[in-house]
Amino acid sequence: MRPATLLRTAVWLSVIAFLWRPSAFAAVFAPFTHDGAPAIYDQGDLADLALAHLGLVLFATALSAVIAVLLAVVVTRGPGRAFLPMSRSLVSIGQTFPPVAVLAVAVPLVGFGSLPALIALVAYGLLPVFENALTGLAELPASVLEAADGVGMDAWQRLWSIELPLAGPLIVEGLRQTLVISVGTATLGSTVAAKGLGEVIIAGLLSDNTAFVLQGGLLTGLMAILLHDAIGRIGAYVLPRQG
Amino acid sequence: MIEIDGLTKRYGGTTVVDAVDLRVPTGSITAIVGTSGSGKSTLLRMINRLVEPSAGTVRIDGRLTTEEPAHALRRRIGYVIQGNGLFPHRTVAENIATVPRMLGWSDVRIAARIEQLLLLFGLDPQIHAQRLPAELSGGQQQRVGVARALAAGPSVLLMDEPFGALDPIIRAKAQTDLRAIQQQLKTTIVIVTHDMDEAFLLADRIAVLDNGRLLQYDKPTRLLTAPASAQVSALTGTADRALRLLSLDTVMVAMAPGHADGLQLSASMSLRDALSALIWAGVRAATVCGADGEVVGQVTLEAILARGAAHQ
Ligand SMILES: Nc1ncnc2c1ncn2[C@@H]1O[C@H](COP(=O)(O)OP(=O)(O)OP(=O)(O)O)[C@@H](O)[C@H]1O
Ligand SMILES: [Mg+2]
Repeated sequence: MRPATLLRTAVWLSVIAFLWRPSAFAAVFAPFTHDGAPAIYDQGDLADLALAHLGLVLFATALSAVIAVLLAVVVTRGPGRAFLPMSRSLVSIGQTFPPVAVLAVAVPLVGFGSLPALIALVAYGLLPVFENALTGLAELPASVLEAADGVGMDAWQRLWSIELPLAGPLIVEGLRQTLVISVGTATLGSTVAAKGLGEVIIAGLLSDNTAFVLQGGLLTGLMAILLHDAIGRIGAYVLPRQG
Repeated sequence: MIEIDGLTKRYGGTTVVDAVDLRVPTGSITAIVGTSGSGKSTLLRMINRLVEPSAGTVRIDGRLTTEEPAHALRRRIGYVIQGNGLFPHRTVAENIATVPRMLGWSDVRIAARIEQLLLLFGLDPQIHAQRLPAELSGGQQQRVGVARALAAGPSVLLMDEPFGALDPIIRAKAQTDLRAIQQQLKTTIVIVTHDMDEAFLLADRIAVLDNGRLLQYDKPTRLLTAPASAQVSALTGTADRALRLLSLDTVMVAMAPGHADGLQLSASMSLRDALSALIWAGVRAATVCGADGEVVGQVTLEAILARGAAHQ
């Protein structure tokens, strides 16, 4: 087995083992507690929270990816092209906007729970995919596009079989960024009562229990790394080779 | 036959192709020449409606090109551009299969066609079919580009400086190959070039464009011996026009009965090459041999020189 595969397998196995039997790891986290506080998060099921966290992130990312790619497709052709410069500046402005601010705006509108977290994640996750899809679609070689028209592809065939596959690697790269950002941002969701690993961190902070903070932090961090890795591999498998 | 009538393209206030009339006979090669920006590409691209004309009509085999959707029209017309425009994420075989697939050919028929075309273009199906364009040399990519354009057996092939990116030796080979393939398939070809040698080598007829207007559309010989204007002469070049004229005929036309000592030339050689061979050998006459090496006559320096004179 190659070292990368070995490491990947080891990380996956430890995460699964920890979620399956957190109590088995009590000794590892005990040094981070004091005054007889529990070493393992005991106010909910860690696996449950991790799954909810993952579900929220994946759903939000899928949603923002679809919206972002559609928007990028629209502003790179036909009448939509008039909005290309504007959307480019919107993207760069949008990325300077902190996700907490999006949450703060969403709560008064839709109340507490998973919905404001989802809105914040989707809104914030739009940007990397949109920006990359835009670059990928707007900067395709002119000769390839001319050839696609020249052989008699209609607009859909050209988009589906030439433009999107060629912009694919950049779009996947954007998707990776979105996923990593979302995993982190989703912890903030717990401040508005969305279910997720943020609960563990917040509980740790409130009860001054570093072990809880570590557990929540490690799980989110590893989730981000594993997703980042998985998307890259799925992308390499799904996308065509390009010489 | 391609019939072009009053074809015009305007961008804003400027007319880049101005009321061009052109008749391209079926199975012939027409070269469009002219200085940069004279409207060659625009004229070519109006034939397959990559550019929509501002005025005028194009008929292919009697049928107006506007009678069907543009993409349907383009599937019936081969199109080759400089830098080949191959799809980088598709293999050579998939690139060639593009149009047949859109036309709904069966897999068996497509596979047979790919193999046939690769062989025709001197590529090995076993080695090259599954390669990506990036894994081919420039000359091979260019051949695949032409093969893709010919895949569905179009009766018309449009080429925009197809050999522009090739080095001189590969380009010369590509040109002779194209000529041979064209004679085999009887495709009607319109080729844009600003390489005058290429135009004279390939074309049955040459269209000279200047500022969007068609100055002359004629046989290559006529362009040299009866230029419509000083601009045409300037474009075809005056310094070496006698040699260019000689390059258009074979030894066959200057041949006389008899035979000479020493030098032997092939009957299919151009007069220009024959002249060069005579000068090089330092002789005034050579024996002419047919395809099987049999003696068919002789050619003299005087006879060749006479063919290069403006008025014959
Ligand atoms: N989409 C366009 N909008 C405005 N002007 C254009 C457009 N396309 C071409 N032109 C102009 O039309 C003129 C003819 O262009 P065209 O590409 O047909 O020239 P060409 O003869 O092919 O030149 P070259 O040898 O450099 O390829 C040029 O002056 C060019 O700037
Ligand atoms: Mg051009």
